[in-house]
Amino acid sequence: MNKKLLATPHIVWSVAFILIPLGMVLYYGLTDRTGAFTMAHIITIVTEEHAKALLLSIELSLISTIICFLLAYPLAMMLVNMNMSQHSFIVLIFILPMWMNFLLRTLAWQTLLEKTGVINSLLGFFHLPPLEIINTPTAIVLGMVYNFLPFMVLPLYNTLAKIDKNIINAARDLGAGTVQTFFRITLPLSIPGIISGVTMVFIPALTTFVISNLLGGSKILLIGNVIEQEFTQAGNWHLGSGLSIVLMIFIVINIIAEAIFDKQGEETAS
Amino acid sequence: MRDKLRKIYIALIFLFLYAPILTLIVLSFNASKTRAKWGGFTIKWYLSMFQNRAIMQALSNTLIIAFLSAFIATVIGVIACLSMQSMRRRGRALLMGVTNIPMLNADIVTGISLMLLFITLGVQFGFMTILLSHITFNIPYVILSVMPRMRQLNPSTYEAALDLGASHVQAFFKVTFPDILPGVLSGFLMAFTMSLDDFIITHFTKGPGIDTLSTKIYTEVKKGIKPEMYSLSTLIFITVLLLLFLVNRAPAGKKEKEVTL
Repeated sequence: MNKKLLATPHIVWSVAFILIPLGMVLYYGLTDRTGAFTMAHIITIVTEEHAKALLLSIELSLISTIICFLLAYPLAMMLVNMNMSQHSFIVLIFILPMWMNFLLRTLAWQTLLEKTGVINSLLGFFHLPPLEIINTPTAIVLGMVYNFLPFMVLPLYNTLAKIDKNIINAARDLGAGTVQTFFRITLPLSIPGIISGVTMVFIPALTTFVISNLLGGSKILLIGNVIEQEFTQAGNWHLGSGLSIVLMIFIVINIIAEAIFDKQGEETAS
Repeated sequence: MRDKLRKIYIALIFLFLYAPILTLIVLSFNASKTRAKWGGFTIKWYLSMFQNRAIMQALSNTLIIAFLSAFIATVIGVIACLSMQSMRRRGRALLMGVTNIPMLNADIVTGISLMLLFITLGVQFGFMTILLSHITFNIPYVILSVMPRMRQLNPSTYEAALDLGASHVQAFFKVTFPDILPGVLSGFLMAFTMSLDDFIITHFTKGPGIDTLSTKIYTEVKKGIKPEMYSLSTLIFITVLLLLFLVNRAPAGKKEKEVTL
């Protein structure tokens, strides 16, 4: 039996359901209704409405990515230092919430954040000022951090767990302090994990339309909302595809950056 | 002191991750129909959900699609891992790159790209289109967890099986498969979970007549979520929690035995 033949189902599948569909997005995005080539749909990104949505998406997803990183890095270090014998257990704790529907979990934040919601009742009990963030961009950031934090924790945890303890001990023996060891050993060695964590948070946050719909009221439009509406309500697939191409540019830049950093990481490692 | 701070930090993160889940569990026992106020304790939603045909239909669609898509993705993924072993480096890198696209790409782009494909082919939107889409985004998760196991394999054992007269299929199932089984299982589980939790791709590839739990919840958002949804998801969550607890306990005991041996 030829082993190369075994690759056929997978290759056929990848071409039919990954490459051709992406080609169709490019085709629709770059043509008008008559099938003639046009850049018009992509250029609409500079119109006020679309540019505003894109910039807000970038802003909120950047903030969420940074918060996720700041929350996850110390957490991942603590989890590694706890020397949990069961590696799978930690992974499990972060995957487990996915078994409760993602929409319901996000909706639950409405109940928690509402004017008379759980958090405000608690704050009121302690005579603290209420938190009025529901239907604001802040609530969207919270939803993003909540939903995508596990995607930052897991890659960080994986790379940090792989760092040889001897290297850190060696740095200590050579006289480096805690801070120095962290910035010169731990942080540089964890760059691959940081890159993949950042990608896994930034891309879904940048392109979401669900979180903004559920926690932002329906007034705050992110670029994902604009595209979704073009497809499901306006029925303008050409425009929707054109805007998707703009999103894909961001994704490609991200993947290229990741590849470059990965190569550098390999080189320094070897 | 530092240890205490550390524990508090970890506890706060878990509170953050699990607070919405706790909220949903509490809501599932809420006698009031709206989630805005507490109307007393009840288990009536747990009984009425079984009578709600739309919810039960959505549940069975969700489970069938999750199982089938995870299973088919696992078969394709394992075969792909086998074939990639004998590929040249560049070919393998290219194929892996393409395979990973659905994982790296935004769900919304994957969703609309598949939607455009199905429209162009004139396929009727429904069960099949959802299933095909879910298989597509599940394959990379399977490959990701099977590939490392496959690399660790000692090729000599497979060749030894062939020398001893086993056919390729026999050698695969008797020698290779047991070794990669943990990777296959975790790949399947990951794929199943991803399919179960997916909303965005299903949203773009489903037809008007069919709903999964996610899409049903999404249409209910504006009208108000039916309390039965809370009780159903609580039930699913608790079941998974118990299953994982049992599964995790069993191998832990086994490992200890191995160590003492």
